[in-house]
Amino acid sequence: MGLLSDPNRRRALTNLLTRLNTPLWGMPVDWLVKAMQARGLEVFTQSFSRTLPFPDENKERYMVHGTNVYGILRAPRAPRTEALVLSAPCTPGSSNNQAVGLLLGLAQYFRGQMYWAKDIIFLVNEHDLIGMQAWLEGYHHTNTTGMSWTPLEGRGGSIQAALSLELSSDIITSLDLVLEGLNGQLPNLDLANLFYAFCQKIGVLCTIQGKLQRNDWDSAAGYSQAVQTMLLMVLKQASGRPWGDHGLFLRYHIEAASIRGINSFRQYKTDLTTVGKLLEGMFRKLNNLLERLHQSYFFYLLPSLSRFVSIGYYMPAFGLLAAILLLRALDLWVQLGSPAPGTEDGLPFGPGVLSVLTPLIISHLTGVALYTLPIMAQQTAVEHFPVSETEAVVLTAIAIYTAGLALPHNTHRVLSGEGTEEGWRVLKLIAIFYMAVLLGCTALINFSLGFILALTLVPVAAFITPHVPRVLSALVMVLLSPGSTLLFSIFVYQELQEAPITLLEGWNLFLSVISQGILDHNLYGSLVYPLISLLVYPCWLLLWNILFWK
Amino acid sequence: MTAGRCTAALLAAVLVCGLTCASTAAAEEAITEEYESISNANEHVQAQDDYARSQKRREITEHDDDQNEPPPSSSSSSSSSSSSSSSPPSKDYFKEELVIRPLSSGDIYASFQFQTRWDTDFFAPGKKVSHYRLFPKSLGQLMSKFSVREMHVSFTQGYWRTMQWGQPFLPAPPGAELWVWFQDSVADVDGAWKELTNVLSGIFCASLNFIDSTNTVEPTASFKPLGVGNVTHQRFLRYAVLPREIVCTENLTPWKKLLPCGSKAGLAVLMKSEKLFHSSFLSLAVHIRPVCQDWGCKGTAWELRQTVNVVFDLHTTGQGKREWSFFKMFSRTLTEACPLATSSKVYIDVTDNPQGELFELNPAAPSLTQAVVLGDRRTYAVYDLMASGTFGLLRSLNVLLRWKTPGNFSTQVDMLRPLLHGERYVAGYGLQTGEIHTLIYNNHPYRAFPVLLLDIVPWYLRLYIHTLTVTSKSRENKPSYIHYQPSKDRLRPHLLEMLIQLPPNSVTEVTVQFERALLKWTEYTPDPNHGFYVGSSVISALVPSVVAMDTIFPESSYFVRVYTEPLLVNLPTPDFSMPYNVICLTCTVVAVGYGSLYNLLTRTFQVEEPSPGVVKRLANMIRYLRGVPLL
Repeated sequence: MGLLSDPNRRRALTNLLTRLNTPLWGMPVDWLVKAMQARGLEVFTQSFSRTLPFPDENKERYMVHGTNVYGILRAPRAPRTEALVLSAPCTPGSSNNQAVGLLLGLAQYFRGQMYWAKDIIFLVNEHDLIGMQAWLEGYHHTNTTGMSWTPLEGRGGSIQAALSLELSSDIITSLDLVLEGLNGQLPNLDLANLFYAFCQKIGVLCTIQGKLQRNDWDSAAGYSQAVQTMLLMVLKQASGRPWGDHGLFLRYHIEAASIRGINSFRQYKTDLTTVGKLLEGMFRKLNNLLERLHQSYFFYLLPSLSRFVSIGYYMPAFGLLAAILLLRALDLWVQLGSPAPGTEDGLPFGPGVLSVLTPLIISHLTGVALYTLPIMAQQTAVEHFPVSETEAVVLTAIAIYTAGLALPHNTHRVLSGEGTEEGWRVLKLIAIFYMAVLLGCTALINFSLGFILALTLVPVAAFITPHVPRVLSALVMVLLSPGSTLLFSIFVYQELQEAPITLLEGWNLFLSVISQGILDHNLYGSLVYPLISLLVYPCWLLLWNILFWK
Repeated sequence: MTAGRCTAALLAAVLVCGLTCASTAAAEEAITEEYESISNANEHVQAQDDYARSQKRREITEHDDDQNEPPPSSSSSSSSSSSSSSSPPSKDYFKEELVIRPLSSGDIYASFQFQTRWDTDFFAPGKKVSHYRLFPKSLGQLMSKFSVREMHVSFTQGYWRTMQWGQPFLPAPPGAELWVWFQDSVADVDGAWKELTNVLSGIFCASLNFIDSTNTVEPTASFKPLGVGNVTHQRFLRYAVLPREIVCTENLTPWKKLLPCGSKAGLAVLMKSEKLFHSSFLSLAVHIRPVCQDWGCKGTAWELRQTVNVVFDLHTTGQGKREWSFFKMFSRTLTEACPLATSSKVYIDVTDNPQGELFELNPAAPSLTQAVVLGDRRTYAVYDLMASGTFGLLRSLNVLLRWKTPGNFSTQVDMLRPLLHGERYVAGYGLQTGEIHTLIYNNHPYRAFPVLLLDIVPWYLRLYIHTLTVTSKSRENKPSYIHYQPSKDRLRPHLLEMLIQLPPNSVTEVTVQFERALLKWTEYTPDPNHGFYVGSSVISALVPSVVAMDTIFPESSYFVRVYTEPLLVNLPTPDFSMPYNVICLTCTVVAVGYGSLYNLLTRTFQVEEPSPGVVKRLANMIRYLRGVPLL
C-alpha cells in the first residue's frame, strides 16, 4: 500500500486537484489526453453524439455531443486478454473533479507497478451514462440504442470487473456502494464483500443506500433500519434504471459497482489517499482473480453491507403470492368444467371466444398506444397546447393511461351480444394465467419489480368479479393500478430517504419519474417502461373489464 | 553491404512489387501469381539458383564492406547466408550477438541471438550422428529421430505492442507457438508430431504436450520453410499455438542449457531470470533449419538460432528515468565473450542519434555499422567482445545510454504508425453468439499490398462462415484466395486463410460470427479458469520498404509477420455446484425416505407372545391349584 506515501506523489496529486478545480466548461479532453500520456498510458478518445427523443429536463440536455477519454495501462504479464475498468464521470462544472484527479493519481501509481496481470482501463466519460453507453457499445461493437459513436481504437480484451468513482464533494466522510444496475441487474455479491472487507481493513465508513450499518441487530431500531435499507434497495432495483455509471456494464456480464463519496457532515473525514488505498486494494484483489466472479450470489437483497438475503429466502414470498393466482385459476377451471345447468354438452367457449378475444386485443392496443404515442405525438401536442416537449410526453402518457379506464364501456358497444357468466370467467381465467406468467418471469429477472407488482395486482386479480360493489371496487382497483403503485413508491422512497415531500412535490416527481423511465428505455434499453405499458397495463385492463362486465 | 545481404527474399519482393502494381490496375489475373509470390517470399533461401544469384551479388559488393559486420537479428528479414561471410573452416561454429534498440516510447528492446551452425547431415543414409560438440545433443537427436526438416518454437510472455514499439526482429505470438516441417520421407506425420510435441514438452518444461489434433493445423500458405530444400506439400507442416501457456524460469533454464557456454560466460551471463521476467515482453525462441554449407550449396548444414527478445519498461524497470545500462536492465555486466564463440558482439541502435544529440553512449562505441533491417536503414554502434580493448580497465563492459533531455520525453510520446498492424476482438454480448472482428491497418500513404491472414479458431466456437465479411474503406473487399477448413467437433479446429489486398492508408475489417458450443461436462476445465482462449491470428505480408531511394532496390519490400492478440471467450458454463447439491439432496431423500419405506415393506410384523415371567408363572401355578382362572 505505498500509494501517495511519498511526498512527491502527494504533491503531484495536489497539483492535479488544483488544476481540476478551476472552473471548466465541458471536459478538458486535450488536457486529459496529455495528462494520461504523461503517465505512460496508451490514450484513446471516442466521440459520440445522441439526440434524445425529447429534452431531459432533469439534466437539461437534448442534443448530446461528447468525448470519452480513456487510457490503457498494459499489463506486462498478460497478452491483452483481460481488463479491469476504473471510470470517473466528468461533468461540466467541478462536481466530480476529485474523482478524475484521483483516477489520474492512481494511474500514475499503478503504471509503476509490475504485478498487473490484467490491463487496466482508466476511463473518463462525459455526460455520465450516455458517455458510458457509447463507450461500452463501442467496446463491444454493438448498437442497441441507435447512438452514433466513433469506433474505439484500443481495447484490452474481455473486461472482468469495473468500478465507477463519484466523489461529489471535496470533503468525504463516508463511501457509499451502489449496486443496482440496468433492469435491476446486480453484480456478484463478492464485489460488495470485497468493498466491505477493504473498508473495514482501512477503517473507512462505508454505507449502502446511504445508511450506516448498526451493530445492534436484535433491537427494534436495528431491525427497522435493516428493513428500511432493504426496502430502499427493493425500490431502486424495481425502478430498473442504472443508479450509477456502473449500471450499464452489467448487461455485458461485467461485474461493476459505483463507489460514491458522500459528505454527511460527520466528524470523521476520509482523505483522498485513503480512498486511493481502498481502490488500490480492490484493484489488486481483482487483478489476482483466476476466474470470473461467480462463486457468490447474483440474486440478493442487502439489509446492510455485511448481511444479505439470498434468493432462497425471498423467492418463497413471491411464490406464495403467485400461488394465489394459480389456485384461483384452478378454481375457475373447475367451475367452468362443471356443465352449467342451461347448456347440454358444455360448449363454454363457443359464445365466449369473441367476447374474450375482443377485450384482449383492445387492451393490448391501448398498451401499444401507451408505448408509442407519447413520443410520436409530442410534436403535435406541443403545437396545440402550451406545454414543453417533456411535459407533452408525460401528460400524453397519463392521458392514454386514463383513457384506458373508459375502455370496458366501449368494448361492449363493439360486441354484438351481452357478456355471459361464462364469458367473464373465461376472461378472468386467461387474465389470471397471463398475470401469473408475467409476474413469474418478471420476478425471475428483477425480483423487486415482480414482487411490488404482485403485491398490488394479485389481491385485485383474486377477488375481482362483476358482482362485487362496483364503485368501491373501482376505487380500489385504480388505487392498486401500476400507475398509482409508482406514485406510492415515490412517496415511500422519499420517506425512506428521510426526505419527505408534499403532495405537490410528489406529483412533480411522479411526472419526472415517468419521463425518466421513458428516457431510460430509449437511451439505455431499460425494459421497465415497455413491460408496464405493453404487458402489465393491458393485463390490469382485463381485470378492469371484468369489473364492468355486463 | 546492403546489396550483399539481399537474397531471394528481396528478389521475390521486387517481383511482388511489380505484380502488386499490376494487380491494382488490372486486378484479377495477377492475383493468383501474387498469392504464390507472397507465399514463397517468406522463404529466406528459396532455391539454389536464387542462392547462386545472390552469391554473385555478394561477391561484387563484398570488397567495400569487409569491415562491416552484418548486423544481427536482422537476418530474420533478410537471409540465412549472412553467416557465411566470415565462415571459419571448422565444421561447427557458434556466434552470439545482442542488439539493443531504444524505443520511442522510452522503453528499451534487447534482442539476443545465439547461432550455432554445424555442417553435418542428420539424415545421411547409414551414418548415425553421435558426436556432438557445439550443437545441443538433445535437439540433434530429436531432429534425427523424428526426421524434422525445420522446427520453430517460441515461448512468449506479454504482447508485442506494435503501435508503440514498431516491428520486432522476430515476431512471436503470446503463449507457445510451434511449427515444424517434417522430411518428405515421414509416413505418419501425425504420429511423429504427437511424439515430437511430447519430447519438446519435456525438453523445455512447457505444456507443449497439450498440443493435439484440436489445436493443430496445416496452413497452406502462411508458413513456408525458411531453410534450403525443395518445396514440399503442406501435409508435412504442422502448426500449433497454445495461447494460455505461461512462460516462466522453468522454461528459461532448459533454454539456457542448450547454449554451448550455458549461462556461465558470454552474453548469456546477462540473462538473469528475475530481471528478464520483470519486463513488458519476453520471448524465448529456438529455430532450427537447414542452410547451405557453402556457396555452391553442395551439402546442407544445420543452423540453430536461439533468441531472446525482451522489452524493459520505462516506468517499472526504469523508474521513469530514461537512462539505461546493462546493469539497470540485467543487473549484470559483461566480462568476457563465450570462449567457444567465433563472434560475440553487442550492437546498439543509434539511428535516431547519428551525432549523439539525443543520448550518449558510455563507453563510446569503437565502430559503427549500417544495415537495412525491416525495410529501414539503421545505424548500429558495435562493441566487439572478442577485441581486448572492449572491456577496459575494469574488465567489465556496462554500456550506458543516457538521454540528454531527461525531462519531457513522455509528453511527446505518440503512437507509431507501423505500416502493417493488426488487432482483434470479440464483439457482442451474451453467451450465445458473438462476432470476431479482425482489423488490419495499412498505414502506407500510397501503396496497396496483399496480406495473408491465418485464423485458427477452436471447434467450440462454431463459425458461421457465411457471415464472413471483409470490408476496406466501407466497401467490400473480396479476398482473392480463401482456404477454409471447417472444424470437426472435438477433432480439429477451424482453419481460415485468406489473401486480402489492403488499399493504401486503410483499415480492413474481417468479421465472422460464431456460436458458442455447449461443452460436455467433462470438457470444462476443473480448475479455476478465465475462459477459453483463441490463439492469435497471423498476418503475413510483404510490406513496401521505406528505405530511401539511394539503395540498390528503391522500391523493395520486406517480409513482416504480425500476430494479433489472442481472444478470451466465455462459454456458457453450467453451475457445477448444482450436481453436488442434487447428489446431497438425493442421498438424503434416499437414505431417509427409501430406507424407512424399505424397512416397512420387508419387515414381517408378528404379535409377540411374551413368555410369562417367573412371578407370574408361580402365581398361575397357585391359581391353578386353587382352581381360579389363570391370569
